[in-house]
Amino acid sequence: MSNPPEHAAQPAKHPPARLPAPLPVSINGKPYFHEGDPAMPLLWFLRDILRLTGTKYGCGIGACGACTVLLDGKATRSCTTTMQAAANHKITTIEGLATNALHPVQQAWIEEDVVQCGYCQAGQIMAAVDLLQRKPKPNDDDIAGIDNLCRCGTYPRIRRAIQRAAELIQGAKK
Amino acid sequence: MSSPVATGRRHFLAISLSASGALLLGLRWAHADPAPAGLPPELLGDDLTELGPFLRIERDNRIVIGARGCEVGQGVMTSLPMLIADELDVDWSQVRVVQLPYGYIETDNGPSNKYGHHGSVGDSSIADDWKQLREAGATARWLLVQAAARDWNLPPEQLRTESGQVIAPDGRKLTYGALARSAASITPPDQPVKLKTPQQFRIIGKPTRTADARDIVIGGSHFGIDEYAADALVVVIARCPHLDGTLDSFDDRETRRVAGVKDVIAMPGPKPDEPFSGPLAAGVAVLAENTWAALQGREKLKVTWKPGPWSKESSGALAVVAHALLDGADSGVSVRNDGNFAAARKQARQTIEARYEMPFLAHATMEPPAALIEIKQDGARLVASLQDPDGASEVIARLTGLARKDIEIRLIRGGGGFGRRLENDYVAEAVIVAKAAGKRVKLMWTREDDLAHDFYRPFGVHAMAATLDRKKHVTGWSHRCAATPRNYRDASLKGKPVYIDCLEPDDFPAGLVANLDKTFYSVTSGMPRGSSRAPLHTFHAFAVQSFIDEIAVATKQDAVKLRLDLLGEPRQIPYQGHGGPTFDTSRLANVLKTCAEKIGWGTRRNDGHGIGIACHFTSGGYAAHAFEVSVEGRDLRIHRAVCVADVGRVVNPLGVEAQIMGGTIDGISTALDLAITVKGGQVQQHNFPEYPLLRMAQAPRSVEVEVVESTAEPSGAGNMGVPSAAPALANAVYAATTVRVRKLPLMAELMRML
Repeated sequence: MSNPPEHAAQPAKHPPARLPAPLPVSINGKPYFHEGDPAMPLLWFLRDILRLTGTKYGCGIGACGACTVLLDGKATRSCTTTMQAAANHKITTIEGLATNALHPVQQAWIEEDVVQCGYCQAGQIMAAVDLLQRKPKPNDDDIAGIDNLCRCGTYPRIRRAIQRAAELIQGAKK
Repeated sequence: MSSPVATGRRHFLAISLSASGALLLGLRWAHADPAPAGLPPELLGDDLTELGPFLRIERDNRIVIGARGCEVGQGVMTSLPMLIADELDVDWSQVRVVQLPYGYIETDNGPSNKYGHHGSVGDSSIADDWKQLREAGATARWLLVQAAARDWNLPPEQLRTESGQVIAPDGRKLTYGALARSAASITPPDQPVKLKTPQQFRIIGKPTRTADARDIVIGGSHFGIDEYAADALVVVIARCPHLDGTLDSFDDRETRRVAGVKDVIAMPGPKPDEPFSGPLAAGVAVLAENTWAALQGREKLKVTWKPGPWSKESSGALAVVAHALLDGADSGVSVRNDGNFAAARKQARQTIEARYEMPFLAHATMEPPAALIEIKQDGARLVASLQDPDGASEVIARLTGLARKDIEIRLIRGGGGFGRRLENDYVAEAVIVAKAAGKRVKLMWTREDDLAHDFYRPFGVHAMAATLDRKKHVTGWSHRCAATPRNYRDASLKGKPVYIDCLEPDDFPAGLVANLDKTFYSVTSGMPRGSSRAPLHTFHAFAVQSFIDEIAVATKQDAVKLRLDLLGEPRQIPYQGHGGPTFDTSRLANVLKTCAEKIGWGTRRNDGHGIGIACHFTSGGYAAHAFEVSVEGRDLRIHRAVCVADVGRVVNPLGVEAQIMGGTIDGISTALDLAITVKGGQVQQHNFPEYPLLRMAQAPRSVEVEVVESTAEPSGAGNMGVPSAAPALANAVYAATTVRVRKLPLMAELMRML
């Protein structure tokens, strides 16, 4: 089946007049309106409606972190964030992280060859981006504060990649 | 499609690959049908020339290599194309890797696959492909050299290749891209072409990063669960929580009121006395426009289930039965019997005994099962993360009546496998719903579905006994195991011994102790059982390698020396299991000694830290683990983690290190806290809080991996990082606390005993 993902929801210019009131949300810098159930988790809006499938489902209860996105820059579990709660906030997903070039965290992830199965890595990367914003020079305990699950056991390489990303960010500032 | 593509296909050549009838036939098939269905569009471009089934060369000298097999994190999308690229003599930076589809074909000799072997089981990919894929690359290189020789009117022997170019003695160069069309018209060699010597390798053996890492870190890589189709309904299923229970009645009125819910369908479950061949449980499927609507609809179902025949089953009762079998008069099934253990016992100066209990385990792949399927009158199309596409194809054919040639399967990156995807129960569910609904469907499993409906690693109790003489030599070894057999309702294991995947007749110390008894007792259970990451080995290595440690402690011997004494002189011991036909005592001794040196074995410590060690042979490879731990209150800290492995010749050192590191952490994670338990015929774990995989804070900061240099045939590295981790950890805990943990998971038992 090679159907390309069809983008069901395009950035909306005019919210259609319908109940419940459409919820405005900014995803990767583009404005969208959600017209369905306000209790729908952001995860399913991203995946099912926008087809931004880089954000993964892992548990649905906020336990594993595979669905981590940035909400106003802060790492947030999208599977337990309702569209009601996401409304009027700025969401960044893994697809929106790289601008012209890769984000330093993405670059470091490639350099340290972190990926095994790859499924949890988008969530790990988003958590690392948040960490490095808060702690530009994280120590081991800071990094261990990332509680996203990795079933393949890539943790040691995640640690190295975060340190490498910190260097890349520091280097870019100089 | 534009015409140059068709021209390219006509040039699709029958290249003789000596080792593989499948490859040869696949190419014949391509000849017969000029429009091969299902080839990824990336492989078809105006500027591409095909040189065999795995290779396309672009005019600008970019090389596209097709990766066969199922990528579930074991790195085959990188390591297997490396084999082709090296023999082809291109730079890895020129190479783009794409996943090949499932290449089912029918031949005069029955079903085959045009890309050769495809599944992902038991670490076999590298071992199988080592020669075959190198031959594919070498043959393509041979054709390119012939083409250049014809162009320059020079004897091919005078030409050499480098970085995707053919170079003449006078320094003239032609790129592969420029030669590809001409090469495709040359008759391939009758004889297999000469392969490189290991000294000539330029890619094999070099650290190589994951081929598609960039796609993954930008969120562009699709896993099975990421595949959508505009007309597909999302399906979630409320499954019967009782083992072999049935659907009594259901009320879906509230469900059908949920916005977006389109249909509700009852699903039959397995028949208790028949092999598992379809869904694992009876259920009620909810079909909806999106996942959230389907989940909401499922929530609103009112279902009553009838408990099945296992309503009294509990993990506690299974343990009682297992111990009773080991204590009773039943003689069990003999797995191996050398010399006379009973006589050795009578003559022994000392006999040591211990029992070890292993829980059921789930796979908990980060990507839960999912499948996108379309079924039509004349064919079916499936996209799913799989480890056994042949099995998936068979399941679809059986349930639809379609011919297998009309079933198209697109392979895709899987979010972990660990053996879960060797089962195709979720494919069967998707087929049943799609047929009933007459629509394309996208089946989704939640984590709760996944933990409660799995093919679990067996549960069991190992009763170990060793006899020793005056000089503390081990004269006899008894390993009796009472377990829920792995072959339960598994048609693929029909005719295999009942102890398969629970006890390995030839595993250590078989062949090394004169009087050896291995016996198996069946514990009846309704829990589905299946494969996992080194299932057999994780299951028994904990008992064997913990027990050796206990013998060393009880007889005041050094635990490393005791193992080395048992291994004895370097020699080959017959080993009929996977990874045989022999097991080399010196290779196991070598990884053990190296591991002991690396961790600082034998140095006296006064900081409360304990060091434990263990070693094991798995799937053709050898591994030893050592840990340095301390226990403070309820906190177990792993200060150092060392693993030394011998996997034969290493194709990708970065990949092997990743597998060993990941296997070690998997081993720690599983040993510390993971167990699936059953009560009242229902699985008790629901989601990650009850099945707590290791998080970064508990994991060792690094795993010191050393892969010993070897020129032996390569073996996969995915499995062997796991089995010796758990016993090494328990042995380290003993060294730190003098508390011997004989039941997994370790933390619960340690806290009970401290």
